[in-house]
Amino acid sequence: MPAHRSTMGSKFRTRSSSPMELRPMLSEVSVLSRSDGSASFSQGDCCALAAVYGPGEVKVAKELSDKASVEVVFKMKVGLPGCKEKIQERILRNTCETAIAATLYPRTAIDIVIQEMHNSGSFLATCINCVCMAMLDACVDMKYLVAAVTCGLNSEGELILDPTLEQESDLTALMIFAYESSNFEVIATYTTGSFTSDQFQICLIHCREASKHIFQFFRDTMARKLSK
Amino acid sequence: MAADFKTAQPVEYYRKFVEKDVRPDGRELGEIRPTMINIGSISTAEGSALVKLGNTTVLCGVKAEVTNPKSEEPDKGIIVPNVDLPALCSPRFRPGPPSEQAQVVSQFMVEVIQNSGCIDPKDLCIKAGKHVWVLYCDLVCLDYDGNVTDACVLALMAALKNVSLPKVTLNEESGNLETHMQEKWGLNILCQPVATTFAIFDDCIVFADPTDEEENLATGKVTIVTTEEDKICFVHKPGGSPLSDDKLQNCLQRSFIRAREARNLVETTLVNVDR
Repeated sequence: MPAHRSTMGSKFRTRSSSPMELRPMLSEVSVLSRSDGSASFSQGDCCALAAVYGPGEVKVAKELSDKASVEVVFKMKVGLPGCKEKIQERILRNTCETAIAATLYPRTAIDIVIQEMHNSGSFLATCINCVCMAMLDACVDMKYLVAAVTCGLNSEGELILDPTLEQESDLTALMIFAYESSNFEVIATYTTGSFTSDQFQICLIHCREASKHIFQFFRDTMARKLSK
Repeated sequence: MAADFKTAQPVEYYRKFVEKDVRPDGRELGEIRPTMINIGSISTAEGSALVKLGNTTVLCGVKAEVTNPKSEEPDKGIIVPNVDLPALCSPRFRPGPPSEQAQVVSQFMVEVIQNSGCIDPKDLCIKAGKHVWVLYCDLVCLDYDGNVTDACVLALMAALKNVSLPKVTLNEESGNLETHMQEKWGLNILCQPVATTFAIFDDCIVFADPTDEEENLATGKVTIVTTEEDKICFVHKPGGSPLSDDKLQNCLQRSFIRAREARNLVETTLVNVDR
C-alpha cells in the first residue's frame, strides 16, 4: 500500500521566528507492510515510527474478558530499556486504553510498538501523536483522537511552545499535555521542573489551542490518504 | 447481602455510595486516610522512616557510601531511590524481577527528587572528581492498600530529613579518607515535596487517596506533587479518563492543603526523635 505523505510546513514557521508556534509537522501512514497500521510522525527534527498490531490473539495470562488488552513497547535508538522507558510506556498505554473503544474487542490484544528515530526535544508528545496516527491507519475503533503538545517555561516565565532540544536545556519547567478531540479535555500530563498553579493553567489553555491544529493535521492526512 | 452485591457488581456498589458523597470506608470524597509516621527506627541505616497511610505501609531506609562521581558531573553527589513491591505486600505481585508498577514508582521518585530540587547534589561532594557521597534510598512496601506513591514520597522525605552523615575529610599526604564518627551532619533539605494522588471514577467523580479496591475500579489517576509556597513540581496523569480544567484546579487546591498537613506532621514527628 503506497505511503501517504502530508506536510504542514508552509503553515508553520521554524523555531527561530516565534516561540508560540508548533514546529512543522510531517507524517506518513502505512509505511510498514506487515503491520495492521503504521505511521511515522515528525515535528521539526523529532521523529518517531509506530506500528499497531491488532486486535489480535492474546496470551491467556493477559486476557481480559470484557475488553481488549493494550500493550505498548517503547524502543529507544541506543541502550537497553530502563525505568524511564517504563514510565513513558505506562503513559502511552493508559492514553491508548482510554482512546480505544476497548470494549468492542473483548479477549483480544492490541500491540503497539514505537521506535525512536530521532529525539530533538518534546519527544513524548511526538510519540503520542504518532501512535494516534498509526491507530487511525489500523482502523481501530476509537472514542476520540488524541493529540499531545509540549510547552516550556524559561527562567523569565515566558511560554515556549514545542521547544527543541537546545531550548529544553535552559527551561525551568517542561509540560506535556495530551488532549482528546471531542471536548478538548486533558487525558494525560507529564511535567518536569517546578512551576505555580497559575503558570500551569496558562500553559494548559495555550496548549489546548495548539492541539486543535494537530487534530486538523490528522484529519487532512487521513483525507488525503482516503481520497486516492 | 451487601457483601454479595459488592462481589457481583462492584461498580454499582460504589455508585450507590458516591451518590451520597461518601465512600464505603466512611470517608468523604476529598478525605485522606489517617497518616502515621515513625522516624529513625532502623539503627543500621543513616536515615529511616516508616509511613502508614491507612493500611498502606512503606518503609524507607537510606544508606550512604563514598564513591567516585560520574565523569560528566564531578562535583555532584548521587541519590539512588529504589522502590520494591515484594510479593509480601499484595497478591498481585509475584516474586521475581521488579514489576512494571515498581519500576514506574521508582522512576517517579527519581523525577520528584530532580524536579523539586530538595537536595543540592553539590552538598554531597567530598572531593570534586574523586569522592562523593551516594545515598541509596530503598523503599519497601510492606502492605499494599492503594496509593503507594504518596506513602513512598512521604517516607523518602522523612527519611532524608533523618539522615545524619559522619564528617569525611581527605588526608592530603596519605591520600586516604578519614571518617570522624563523632562529628555528624544532617542533610540540608531545601524543600519538601508531598504527593497527593486522586482516582477518577466513572469518568466524572474524583476521589482523593484511593484504596486498592478503588484503584481497581478507577478509570484514571492523577498524582500531583507540591512543594512549599504552593509550587507544583510534578503533575502525573498517565492517560485515563479526560479531566476538565476546573476539576484539575480542585485537585491542585486539595493537594496544596494536604501538603501543608503532611509537612506539619513530619516536623512534629522529627521533634520527638532522639537522633
